[in-house]
Amino acid sequence: MSARTRELLILILVGLITVTGFASVYIARQNELSPGSLSYAGFFFALYLTAHIVARYTVPGADPYLLPMTALLTALGLTEIYRLNPTDALRQGLWVVIGVAVFSITLITLRHDYRRLESYKYLFGLSALALLFLPALPKIGLARNGARLWVHVGALQFQPGELGKIAMIVFLAAYLHSKQEVLAQGRLKDFGPLLAIWGCAMLVLVATRDLGSALLFFGIFLAILYLATSRLLYVWVGLGLFLVGAAGVYETTAHVRTRVIIWLHPWTTQAIPCPGEKPMTRQQCESYQLVKSLYSIAHGGFSGTGLGKGTFTLPSGGNLIPDLNTDFIFSALAQELGLVGVAAILLVLMLFVVRGFHIALLAGDGFSKLLSAGLTFSFALQTFIIIGGILRLIPLTGITLPFISYGGSSVVANFILLAGLLLVSQRANETP
Amino acid sequence: MNARVRIVALASLTMLVALIVASTYWQAWAAPDLANKSDNAIQQISEFTIDRGRIFAADGTTLAKNRIVHNGGRTYYFRRYPLGSLTAAAIGYATQTRSRAGLERSANDHLTGADQSLTGAIKQIGDRLLGSTIRGSDVYTSLNLKAQRIATQALGSNCGAAVALEPSTGRVFALVTKPTYNPNDVEGHYDRVLHINSPSCKGSSALLDRATQGLYPPGSSFKVVTTAAALDTGRFTPSSSFYDPGYCTEYGQPVSNFQDQGRAESFGHLTLATAFQYSVNSVFCNVGMKLRMHTLMNYARRFGFDQTPPIDLPGNALAISGLYKGTRLLSPSEDDHQDPGRTAFGQDKLLVTPLQMAMVAATVANNGKEMQPHLIDHVRRSNGEIERIKPQMLGQVIKPATAMELTQMMESVVTAGTGTEAAIPGIKVAGKTGTAENGTGQPNTTWFIAFAPADAPRVAVAVVLQNQTGVGGTTAAPIARQIMQAILTTTANSNS
Repeated sequence: MSARTRELLILILVGLITVTGFASVYIARQNELSPGSLSYAGFFFALYLTAHIVARYTVPGADPYLLPMTALLTALGLTEIYRLNPTDALRQGLWVVIGVAVFSITLITLRHDYRRLESYKYLFGLSALALLFLPALPKIGLARNGARLWVHVGALQFQPGELGKIAMIVFLAAYLHSKQEVLAQGRLKDFGPLLAIWGCAMLVLVATRDLGSALLFFGIFLAILYLATSRLLYVWVGLGLFLVGAAGVYETTAHVRTRVIIWLHPWTTQAIPCPGEKPMTRQQCESYQLVKSLYSIAHGGFSGTGLGKGTFTLPSGGNLIPDLNTDFIFSALAQELGLVGVAAILLVLMLFVVRGFHIALLAGDGFSKLLSAGLTFSFALQTFIIIGGILRLIPLTGITLPFISYGGSSVVANFILLAGLLLVSQRANETP
Repeated sequence: MNARVRIVALASLTMLVALIVASTYWQAWAAPDLANKSDNAIQQISEFTIDRGRIFAADGTTLAKNRIVHNGGRTYYFRRYPLGSLTAAAIGYATQTRSRAGLERSANDHLTGADQSLTGAIKQIGDRLLGSTIRGSDVYTSLNLKAQRIATQALGSNCGAAVALEPSTGRVFALVTKPTYNPNDVEGHYDRVLHINSPSCKGSSALLDRATQGLYPPGSSFKVVTTAAALDTGRFTPSSSFYDPGYCTEYGQPVSNFQDQGRAESFGHLTLATAFQYSVNSVFCNVGMKLRMHTLMNYARRFGFDQTPPIDLPGNALAISGLYKGTRLLSPSEDDHQDPGRTAFGQDKLLVTPLQMAMVAATVANNGKEMQPHLIDHVRRSNGEIERIKPQMLGQVIKPATAMELTQMMESVVTAGTGTEAAIPGIKVAGKTGTAENGTGQPNTTWFIAFAPADAPRVAVAVVLQNQTGVGGTTAAPIARQIMQAILTTTANSNS
C-alpha cells in the first residue's frame, strides 16, 4: 500500500471520528443547534480530501500519518469551538480552509526543492524579527491580558509571532547549518551570535511582556544550536542566561511578576489587594481564570462529562471561564472528554512529534535535519508551554495550542509547519 | 547528527509525558479537593442539573424541594424552601453563588445521588452516558415542626437557641436559632440576609447557627456535669453535707454566690442535693476544688467536650465546647492551670454550645448512655431503597445509678427549686437552670436544660438566651417547657 493510500484510509477514519464528535454535540445540545451542524463533518472531510490530493501530487512519498493527525486535531478543536460558540466555529472553519490553501501553495511552490530557502536565510531572519516586534508597535499593536502578542489592522486581528516562529526556524536552520563547524569549535568570539539571539529573545520578552513567547523562541534557538553544534554547554549557558534575563524582567515588569505569583499561589484564604478593585482573594481576582480553568479540568474527572455536556456557563448565560476557546480550549476539552480524552489528545500530539523527529532522522542533509527537527521541537515546546501553563507546571502564558485553539494565525502557521515536514519527508524518502 | 536528534526528541517527549502526568494529577488526584472549593461554580452549577433529593420533616412536610428552570438547552433544579426560615438552622441552603450550608451541605452526597449502592452507581453511569437526569435521594429528618414553631415563637426577638433531642436515639426533634434568615433569600437577596438585625444581639450574623456554633458560658447548667463527676467518682453522695457561708474561699479570696440561687444569701448547713436544687455556687466551688480540674474536665470530655459534636451537620457549622482563652481552645495539658472552683459552676473559661448541653441532659435521661445526635432519620434512594440511620451509642458516660441520682436531683429543681417554671402538670420534669454572668453591669446569658418525663424520658432539651436581665429559671425554663410539651403531645407514630 502506498503512503498516500494509507493516508487516505486514516483520513476516512478521522472523518468518522469527526462525524461522531459533531453528532454527540448535536445530540447534547439539540435545543440550540440545527441538524445542519452535521454538515460540518462532511465539509471537513472534503477539505482534507483536497489537501490529500495536493499531497498525492506534490509529496507522494511523504509520511502518511502527519496529515490525518492534523485533521484529527483541527477537527477536535473545531468541534469544541463549535460547541462553545457556533459563530466562532464558522470563522475557525474558514481559517482552516485558508490553512489548507496555504499548505497547498507551500507544497506546490516548494515541491521541487525547498532547500533553495537556505539562500534567503537573512530575509527569513529579518522578517522573523519584524514579525516578532510588530505587536510592540504603537497604533497597530494590541495588548491582551497584559501581553502584547496581537496586531490589528481594521477588523482583522492576528498574532504575527506565530508566522515569525516559522521564519525564525528556517533562518536558524540555514544559518547554523552554514556556521556549524565554526561554532562547534567553541571559541569565545563565536559566542557572538548566541548572545545576539539571547538579546533578541530578551527584547521580545520586554516588548511583548510575554514569558511564554520568549521561552518558545529561545528554546527553539537552543535546540537548533545544540543539534548543529552538539555542544550541551551552549544549552546550559543559554538556559542560565535566559534565567538571569527572566529574573531581571521579573524584577522590572509587574505583569510578568504577577504571572509568576499566580502560578505559585493561585489560592489565598484571605482578601488581598486586587488592582482596580476592592480587596478580595486572589482566586477571585488575578488568578480567576487559571483557577476556574483548573476547576473545569478537575470536573472532567476520569471519563469527562461528554461532548456538549460540560458546564461552561451560568444558568443565566454568563461565561464561567474567560477566553475558553483560545488559550483555554484545553480546559474545555479536558472537562468534556476527561482524563481519557486528554491522554488521547496528548498521545496524538506525541505521535505527531515522533513522526516529525522520525523525518529528521531520515533526512539526508544537515539543513533538512535542522529544519524538520526545529519545526517539530517548536511544535512540542509550544504545546508544553500552553498546556503546562494551564496545568500549573509553569507560569501561564497566552500562546495557542497547535491546530486546536481558535485563532487564524496559529492555524495558518501550523499548516506551513506541516507542509515543511512533509516536504522534508518527501525528499528523504525519494533519495535513499 | 542523528544521536542529537534522538536526544532532542527524547526531551520533547518528556515534556509531553509531563503533561499527561499533570493532567492525571488534576483530574484524578486533586479533583475531589477542587470539587469542594467554595468558589467552584462549575461543580455547583453542574450539581443543579441533578434532580436534587427533597428534604422532609418527621410528619412528611416538605422542607426543601426543587424549582425546575429550562435554560440554554439544559434543565436546572433550583431549591425552594416552602417553610422559609422555620428550619433554616438545620436544613441550610444550596445555591449557585453562595455554596451550601446545613444538611444541604452535609447530606449533599445523598441529595445528589452520590450515595448509591454498586448497582445504583452503575445505573447512574448509564444515565449519565444516555444524558438522562440523575435523581438524588430524598432525606427524611426527625424534625418536629410543632416544636420548631413553638421554639421559634417562644424565642421571639431574643438572641438565643434551642435544641431538643430524643434521649434514647439521639434523633434531633428541634434545632432553632434566633435571629435566623430565610434560605430563599440567600441566592438572590443576600443583602437581606446580611441585614437581619435583632436589637437583642447587635453585630452578630443571622447565618450563625447558635444551636451548634454559638459558644456561651454555661453557668449553673454545668453543675449537672460537676455533679455527675462528684457522684460517679464516689467522692460525694446527694446527702454529702456542706456549709455555705455565702461564698467560697479560693486562693484566699472569697467567691460570692449568685443571685439565681433560690433563697437567702447564705444557706448555712446543707446537702449536695439541696445545693443543686437551689444552685448554691459556694458548694459547687468546693466540690470543684476537691475533685480538681483534671477529674472535672475528664467528665466533661466523656460528655463530649473538647471534641467536635458528631452530628450530621457540616463541620464548619459546629463549635467545640471546652475551656477557651480568647478564641483559642485550651488543651487538656493546660487543665491544671485553670480555676476548678469557678469552672465547677460554669464560669471562668468554659464556653459551650446548646447542642452540647442538650447532649448532657439527654445522657442523664438515657441512664448515662450518650447517643449520637442526628437529624437524618432515613434516606429514600431514587430506586425506592430505604436506608435507615441506626442510632449509635457514643459511650456510657456515667453509671446508671449516678444518672438515677442526678435525675432525682434535677426533678427537685423543677418541683421546688430554681426551675419551677418548667413544670408540666401531670408529667415529671427534670431540669437545671443556668445564669452566666458576663461581667459587672453586663446582661446575663441564661440557660435551661431538661428532660421529660423524668421516669421514662422522651425528650431532652437545652435553651439558651443571650443578653437577659432575668435568670435562667424565669427566662429559659418556660421556653424549654413549651418545647417539651409540643414534643410530648406529638404522637409517637408520626415521628417514625
